Amino acid sequence: MLGFLSDYTIQNVALGAALLGVISGVLGCFAVLRKQSLLGDTLSHAALPGVCLGFIIAGARQIGFILAGALVTGALAALLMLLLTRNSRLKTDAGLGIALSVFFALGVVLLTFIQSTGNASQGGLDSFLFGQAAAILRSDLWVMGVVTAVALSIVSLLWKEFKLVSFDPVFAASLGYPVLVLEVALTVMIALAVVVGLQMVGVVLMAAMVIAPAAAARQWSGRLETMVILSALIGMASGISGALVSALGPGLATGPLIVLAASAAVAVSLLFAPGRGLLWEIIRRARNRRNLRGKRVLTTLYRLAAHHHDSGYPSEQGMVDAYHGVGTTPVLKRLQARGLVEPVTHIPETTPHWTLTQAGIEEAESILTNLGKQES
Amino acid sequence: MLMALFQTPSLMIVMTGALVGIAASLLGTFLVLRGSSMLSDAISHSIVFGIVIVWLLTRQQTGPFQIAGAALTGIFTVFLSELLASTKRVKNDAAIGLVFPVLFSIGVLLLNVYARDVHIDEHMVLLGEIGFVWLNTLDIAGYPVPQALLSMSLMTLLNLAFVTIFFKELKLATFDEALAKALGFAPVAIFYALLALTSATAVAAFDSVGAVLFIAFVIVPPSAAYLLTDRLTLMLLCGSIISIASSISGYFLAVAWNVSIGGVMAVMTGVFLMAAFLLGPRYGLVAQILRRRGLEQSNECRTLAVHLYNHEDQPEQAAENVTRALHDHLMWDEARATQVLIRSIDQGLVTRNGDLLQLTEKGRAEARRILEPWRMAGA
Repeated sequence: MLGFLSDYTIQNVALGAALLGVISGVLGCFAVLRKQSLLGDTLSHAALPGVCLGFIIAGARQIGFILAGALVTGALAALLMLLLTRNSRLKTDAGLGIALSVFFALGVVLLTFIQSTGNASQGGLDSFLFGQAAAILRSDLWVMGVVTAVALSIVSLLWKEFKLVSFDPVFAASLGYPVLVLEVALTVMIALAVVVGLQMVGVVLMAAMVIAPAAAARQWSGRLETMVILSALIGMASGISGALVSALGPGLATGPLIVLAASAAVAVSLLFAPGRGLLWEIIRRARNRRNLRGKRVLTTLYRLAAHHHDSGYPSEQGMVDAYHGVGTTPVLKRLQARGLVEPVTHIPETTPHWTLTQAGIEEAESILTNLGKQES
Repeated sequence: MLMALFQTPSLMIVMTGALVGIAASLLGTFLVLRGSSMLSDAISHSIVFGIVIVWLLTRQQTGPFQIAGAALTGIFTVFLSELLASTKRVKNDAAIGLVFPVLFSIGVLLLNVYARDVHIDEHMVLLGEIGFVWLNTLDIAGYPVPQALLSMSLMTLLNLAFVTIFFKELKLATFDEALAKALGFAPVAIFYALLALTSATAVAAFDSVGAVLFIAFVIVPPSAAYLLTDRLTLMLLCGSIISIASSISGYFLAVAWNVSIGGVMAVMTGVFLMAAFLLGPRYGLVAQILRRRGLEQSNECRTLAVHLYNHEDQPEQAAENVTRALHDHLMWDEARATQVLIRSIDQGLVTRNGDLLQLTEKGRAEARRILEPWRMAGA
């Protein structure tokens, strides 16, 4: 096991995955909060022509050129999207889709152009489509590390501005912040995250890495500070676990596994996060429904007693069942456990009967009074 | 004669591309108008999952099972996204972006594990190669018909039939979903049928143009058409024409440059979109700029008319209604004042009497319409 972890390639992959998780987790928060989740998808597909251009210019698989190219075309695609949606009647979704598909098509054209020129070292380019974590070199990690560090320092320097623009751009503009510049900056930074993820998960799956950690973190916290830190941790954890699992067997591609790990984090968060978790909501609803049934049965007993002018009136259970249309045994048992009702016999009948205790009468009266208050 | 046609690879390739484009843009028109074009992105990625599952079950790479499987996968993707969004824990777009990568990832992993030596791989699904469509043919009445051409023809006919038969329902569901619901037209069912057809078309198209380039055909030609026209029928027609034009021009450029044919076809849709964006008759950028300039110019002429009207027959007329005053009082520089003056004289609003500028009857009416609109209503 220890030998497995000290493997050079696996160390590289895990480090790369961790870097990717941190940068996409942090920047993804802003994208998700600004309702631009699919921007990551567009920017990552649009990185493909840049990868090819970087390769053509450098003449070989030089990571610096390739990532710079990816950043440039990603930014260009974002600009095209803005240009189309601001100056025509096309909506955001169409703008995103146009930038995505046309830039990707351009990438495919350039890819085949490189293939047709018969460059021997073009084999590495395919890995940018789906990611090939095992092909990552230590020198690539340095580049990825520097990009991550730059992005994180920009976020911490412009923290207040980014926060304001994400939550209330109109207010930010009224305070005199350069909203457009800040928005463009956030967009370009997502392109930075995409650039880091290209080798790990590839252009196709980067969308998930921008959205998933942020969406998971959102469930656990309502504060941006906590959310960003959590998102970075979730991104890192899913990156490392996906990378390690992929090292276990042949044919287990790293990118899909990282994405599945991050998506599993989303599923767990959606279900179990305190407060927002769906499971808690289901339990809360079931409890409310049970409470409501208890209250209804209790007030039924109270009304029957009042109708007969007898506070100790023994109501027959069959009658209560018929009145509510369901079996009320569990409800009555629960009320009995709370000391609000007690079973009585009503000779000569043999069927179960129930009567209210003093506490039950008080409870029923308080329910009915409150009910009246809400109605008026 | 017909035999020779079927044995012409270039014609077969162009026709397949054009059919993919028409089939896709017929459906894409409604997706773009509805504002859910990114669903085509989600669908075309997640059908990889459907393709692998159907392959594992039936060992068939193409054919009706694959198309039905894809249709189900598409519906499944959208259903999951809407379910996720309905929990109100994530936004709609984030829900889409969470669902399809999961399905795509599972699909790719299954491919890697179970189908390593099969002819389907994720490159094929994503990129496709339209240049080889004429290699894989079926004999129909003695003619070697490319399989892709056949399946795309069927899909195009199916989509065309759907759009024609349910035109009214589609139109209402797209433009006024609430009204459609109130009238009992089941807009949700129509929407899911549209998405099922989109997925089926995607899988029929994937081995010729690939999933991602299919997105281009779904979104880009209808968007370009949307910039050209306001009528739905014209939009459908324009989208199809742009698809055909992209297919033809894309083929010849790709052959000239020796690059991916499907890729250039998709890029060409982008070129046509940019052309529509810049040069469209009403919504094009150039038309917008011209209209804005025209408005600016006519406002300048009207400003001049009002200025002259205010000082007409007043004691200060000789000082105000001269060219010099335009510079001092309206803050126009020499060149601008001259231009406005020339334009106003051309339009018959103003005449020049020596140094004095005088309004014509038309110019006076124009000024009155601005200053005293109530009088004009009476007159």
